Amino acid sequence: MRYRHVLDFERPLVELETKLEELRSLDLAEHPELLEEIDRLTQEIEALHESTYSDLSAWEKVQLSRHPDRPKTQDYLETIFTDVVELHGDRLYGDDGAVVTALATIAGRRVAVAGHRKGKNIRENIARNFGMVHPEGFRKAMRLMRLADKFGLPLVTLIDTPGAYPGIEAEERGQAWAIAESLALLGGLGVPVVAVGIGEGGSGGALAIGFGDRLIMLENAYYSVITPEACASILHKDSEKASEVASCLALTADDLLRLGIADEIVPEPLGGAHRDPAPVFQEVRERIVSVLDGLAGVPAQELVEKRYERLRSIGVIDESAG
Amino acid sequence: MPDGVWSKCEGCRRIVYAGQLADNLRVCPHCGHHSDLTAIERIDLLADPGSFVELDAELTSCDPLRFVAAKAYVDNLAEARERCGLAEAVLCGRASISGHPVVLGAMDFRFIGASMGSAVGEKVARAFETAVSERRAVVFSTASGGARMQEGMLSLMQMLKTSAAVRRLAEERVPYISILTNPTTGGVTASFAVLADVVLAEPGALVGFAGPRVIEQSIKQHLPKGFQTSEFLLEHGMVDDVVPRGQLLARVTLLIDYLTGGGGEAS
Repeated sequence: MRYRHVLDFERPLVELETKLEELRSLDLAEHPELLEEIDRLTQEIEALHESTYSDLSAWEKVQLSRHPDRPKTQDYLETIFTDVVELHGDRLYGDDGAVVTALATIAGRRVAVAGHRKGKNIRENIARNFGMVHPEGFRKAMRLMRLADKFGLPLVTLIDTPGAYPGIEAEERGQAWAIAESLALLGGLGVPVVAVGIGEGGSGGALAIGFGDRLIMLENAYYSVITPEACASILHKDSEKASEVASCLALTADDLLRLGIADEIVPEPLGGAHRDPAPVFQEVRERIVSVLDGLAGVPAQELVEKRYERLRSIGVIDESAG
Repeated sequence: MPDGVWSKCEGCRRIVYAGQLADNLRVCPHCGHHSDLTAIERIDLLADPGSFVELDAELTSCDPLRFVAAKAYVDNLAEARERCGLAEAVLCGRASISGHPVVLGAMDFRFIGASMGSAVGEKVARAFETAVSERRAVVFSTASGGARMQEGMLSLMQMLKTSAAVRRLAEERVPYISILTNPTTGGVTASFAVLADVVLAEPGALVGFAGPRVIEQSIKQHLPKGFQTSEFLLEHGMVDDVVPRGQLLARVTLLIDYLTGGGGEAS
């Protein structure tokens, strides 16, 4: 099997797989001795497959989370939701392609959905700015949040962004203001909020729509205060040290669970969600529905209080005086 | 240049007598450049003498991730505490400003770039909670390089924690005035710093979300002069005013008067 996009750490595996394909394309009736070689290679590939993917480093997970073939927000919208009505624009400046907001139905439950939107190819990615959000994207999400709050629709968010876009216009239009206001709004929503980390969780741009009463993380999704590359270039003046830094930043789903930030992890097939997305979609749908059902009927004030308490409990401090 | 009698202005490069600079609130008498202040100097600038009583003075950071990259975080922390004489990068406390009871906060950029980790986030959130329960206006001088990356996601979450705390303050209609000072960037700008009812900035301060170097690397061009300064933000409608340091006390006092007066007569 050949993959369109090969990550560095997958290369040895793909080389073997290519070799096997070549052998199989030969006329085996003429070369019966190859059967044994094919058997041997098949076994080797199986073993390498297992060892390549079974114990991924933080950096390898970051790479997988960015895999071009990985299911994106749009795929989730098309598979786990029905009757999707997309709502455009922030009513202030524009319609940021890096964020999608919609009303949708999940297993018969009406919800509001906000997600970062990456593309699957260059054309889509240019239109969506590679999922990097401008202020108008956060303000568009805020519109949806207010709508959800006003009409009692639970909010589902899908997190997949390298981060807020660092550019001149973004600063001119108040990038920091947009993120801060979104955070304050998210904290006070009187409807259930379920956040799902499906890919990249890049810093403040992810956080602006990336937390709720429950945070579900896909096994290979990451969520970080800073991208490993940016952190490495600050601390080491060398972005090549990203792989080293990635394991320090506690950015994997497992790390987040351990730190009390994430609540649950959705397992992915060996090699990542793109290898076999169907069971991942189904599992994500079930988890979201289960959270929504658990929170159905909880009074708005109680939701807000519980969310605040949850936030207040995050952090590790020392009060022992010295 | 020794730190003694003379110092060189970072704005105009002229030599200034240190005594004169101190008398002038560390604003250059030649060019008006505002030098950075420590958190304690920030408190002294606004609080009635002797009125500041610190909250949560013992609250400090841990090293939950055992973070080591280039340098161990525990060493960063120990050095910063030693050098600044502070437990953390923020000071919060009860105080009075021209007789008004307030909760006053100030950040100290010398302390690991006044980055916000668990302890800074917790102190800020508690300061807002005290303000809610005692109905004291909040005045906060911010300075920060952003979230403290050495505490990873725990730091990022402090943005949400502090923003949610400001929201509760707003719901209770307790006024909040922030003063953005040089430099205020990243996760502090994008959380409690800009959520104030009135946002002021000191002249020439660098204020933004992404740092200028990050933006230059991203867009691969040089930034225009004056980009991300207080004046730039004023022009783009992001702050209420740019106020020279010498006028801050009077301005903050008047604002608290207005926001706590409830439509009464001027005193």
